[in-house]
Amino acid sequence: MTTLAAAATQVSTGEAWVFWILGPLAVIAALGMVTARNAVHSALWLVLVMLCLGVFYVVQSGPFIGLAQIIVYTGAIMMLFLFVLMLVGRDATDSLIEVLRGQRLAAVLLGLGFAGLVGTAFYRALDGRAAVNLDQANVNGNVQGLAAALFTRYVFVFEVTSALLIAAAVGAMILAHVERRKDQKINQPDRMRARFAPGNYPGPKAGPGVYATTTSVAAPGRLPDGRMSDQTVSPILPKRELTEAESAPKSTEGR
Amino acid sequence: MQPGYYVVLASVLFTIGAVGVLIRRNAIVLFMCIELMLNAANLALVTFSRINGTLDGQIMAFFVMVVAAAEVVIGLAIIMSIFRTRRSASVDDANLLKY
Repeated sequence: MTTLAAAATQVSTGEAWVFWILGPLAVIAALGMVTARNAVHSALWLVLVMLCLGVFYVVQSGPFIGLAQIIVYTGAIMMLFLFVLMLVGRDATDSLIEVLRGQRLAAVLLGLGFAGLVGTAFYRALDGRAAVNLDQANVNGNVQGLAAALFTRYVFVFEVTSALLIAAAVGAMILAHVERRKDQKINQPDRMRARFAPGNYPGPKAGPGVYATTTSVAAPGRLPDGRMSDQTVSPILPKRELTEAESAPKSTEGR
Repeated sequence: MQPGYYVVLASVLFTIGAVGVLIRRNAIVLFMCIELMLNAANLALVTFSRINGTLDGQIMAFFVMVVAAAEVVIGLAIIMSIFRTRRSASVDDANLLKY
């Protein structure tokens, strides 16, 4: 009983508050990440989970690992994720059709069972266990303690890590590189011949029209004979469906 | 409140990530679920480090971060090259090896 009481009091009240606020927040954010249909929303939920975990690391006397979590994970890795998301199908939402019948239900049941078993096992194993805490290990400072271990006992692992990072960088370059065949490359003389070929207008395209009634980039400019020119409007602008009165040329005399 | 609660939270987060891998179809979201599982393992490692009073757990979490960074770079490059050829990021569409 005394050990239980000691275990209950060894975590400070502030840390308990942090845990009971950020712990449920992390679980909610993780569930939001799994259930969000839009991949960008998933990424933002994951950022919230990682920030919560970073606070947990700092609270558990690991300031270096906590800040590395925030800088490396939320700063670098998640931005890489968002970058690729913007390149690859940002609008690609998941289809709701199940390929295997009942797979989702089975997965959720499996997850509930797994979480129940592992969570209960850990709770029973660690219940009432007094934590040694890192005050002794961090006596010279957390970063110094980590560095002392990293460059003595774990120095071989550290060296292997560098090989891993180099392999990853080379692999990413190989995967991202697109090899063009020699006959697919267009050289400069051919490009210029195509540019000045008859039928192709070599100069820059004219800008959209600027009128007293509108300055929209979607308003086409006028040709010398008064017709609207389609070439002055960028093709990436969405086609708007305008009413007859809206699309009619505006008079400049005022109405 | 005991330090063991952190490990229980870590196992819950790990399970959410594992279920996400099973039920989602978008390759990038699958990758995020894997990242969540790695993060949950990191939380457990940091908590074990605190319970045992040594810094080894934090160093292991540090190495997990390094491996995760390398894994994300390669994985996203693979997803990009699959997207370039198949115009889709769904894992169900990459089924050429099936037949």
